[in-house]
Amino acid sequence: MKKDWPLWEVFVRSKNGLEHRHFGSLHAADAEMALENARDVYTRRNEGVSIWVVESKYITASNPADNGELFEPAQDKIYRHPTFYDLPDEVKHM
Amino acid sequence: MSEKEVKNLDAIFEARIARDEKIEPKDWMPEKYRQTHIRQISQHAHSEIVGMLPEGNWITRAPSLRRKAALLAKVQDEAGHGLYLYSACETLGISREELYEQLHSGKAKYSSIFNYPTVTWADIGAIGWLVDGAAIINQVPLCNTSFGPYARAMVRVCKEESFHQRQGYEIMLTLCKGTPEQKAMAQDALNRWWWPSLMMFGPTDAESTHTEQSMKWKLKRKTNDELRQQFIDQTVPQADILGITVPDPDLKFNEETGHYDFGEIDWDEFWQVVKGHGPCNKQRLEARVSAWERGAWVRDAAMAYADKQQTKKVAKAS
Ligand SMILES: [Fe+2]
Ligand SMILES: [Fe+2]
Repeated sequence: MKKDWPLWEVFVRSKNGLEHRHFGSLHAADAEMALENARDVYTRRNEGVSIWVVESKYITASNPADNGELFEPAQDKIYRHPTFYDLPDEVKHM
Repeated sequence: MSEKEVKNLDAIFEARIARDEKIEPKDWMPEKYRQTHIRQISQHAHSEIVGMLPEGNWITRAPSLRRKAALLAKVQDEAGHGLYLYSACETLGISREELYEQLHSGKAKYSSIFNYPTVTWADIGAIGWLVDGAAIINQVPLCNTSFGPYARAMVRVCKEESFHQRQGYEIMLTLCKGTPEQKAMAQDALNRWWWPSLMMFGPTDAESTHTEQSMKWKLKRKTNDELRQQFIDQTVPQADILGITVPDPDLKFNEETGHYDFGEIDWDEFWQVVKGHGPCNKQRLEARVSAWERGAWVRDAAMAYADKQQTKKVAKAS
């Protein structure tokens, strides 16, 4: 019944005020072990104050091959940027 | 995909790298890029893992608690380096089990330097100073390599290496300031580790086969000979400070080039060790395989426990 330990993705918050960031991955039998391993592998020098782990199979990722359809529509909506609007120079603080 | 389409993708891909764009795991990549990276990153990971063995040999016999704590932390870092690199490698679509299989069956290589024995405590000093020193020179340029996960792993590795080299040099310094016997131990370690350390940069440029492709993909930014020269130039003055002698009668500073000239490297020895005939190849692989096999019941037990907990949770919820 040999079963390999699943893969987990590790996210670490370096300090309060910052978001969790992806640090890498590791193998562990369960979530608890994944947290402990993440502590040993990715935070040996105070690199974090909080760790999230999630089994890699639960992450749905976009496909870079679809980047065209996915992200390009944003490009022709230039009216979403402040520079699109013409204002006289006399107007300050805007 | 037609041949023409692949050619087109190839050209777009190479242009991206030339523009210093990073390649991420799910991006399209030429098969050769994938295979080359699996080979290099896994070799690198295996080296970190096998590299723990010669130093682990001295943890229980470190001469003081301070040295023991430092060595333990250093060896633990090397385990961490191996794990960062394995996980970077897995993003290319190869499993951890396959990677271990390649190491344990002897199909995959690791750095030959770890096939030399650590016979005295001074060897721990020499390894930190020379072997980690050479590794740093090899690794720093990789922080900018084209494959994102590899580059990110290398940034983390490089941050940690500096302590490794400094603790090694401090061991050498202490021995060199000690009794004549201790200083002789340091000299003996330098004698044995100097040449193998120079070999860590690989064959000479004339003999090296994949330099050009590796340069293009930023797996390499300088040639083997350039890196070796850089190592010699920075290490010789450090030996002078220790007051011990680099075991090379041809070593001489060349005023004209501003570099040290050095003697012939014994490439026969290098190839012998690469091919598996070094002093400890067999011992290292056996130690690694036996640790893996003897740990199997622990891995299985952990998995069985996790499954049982999961079943309990599901039962409770329903
Ligand atoms: Fe390392
Ligand atoms: Fe190291």
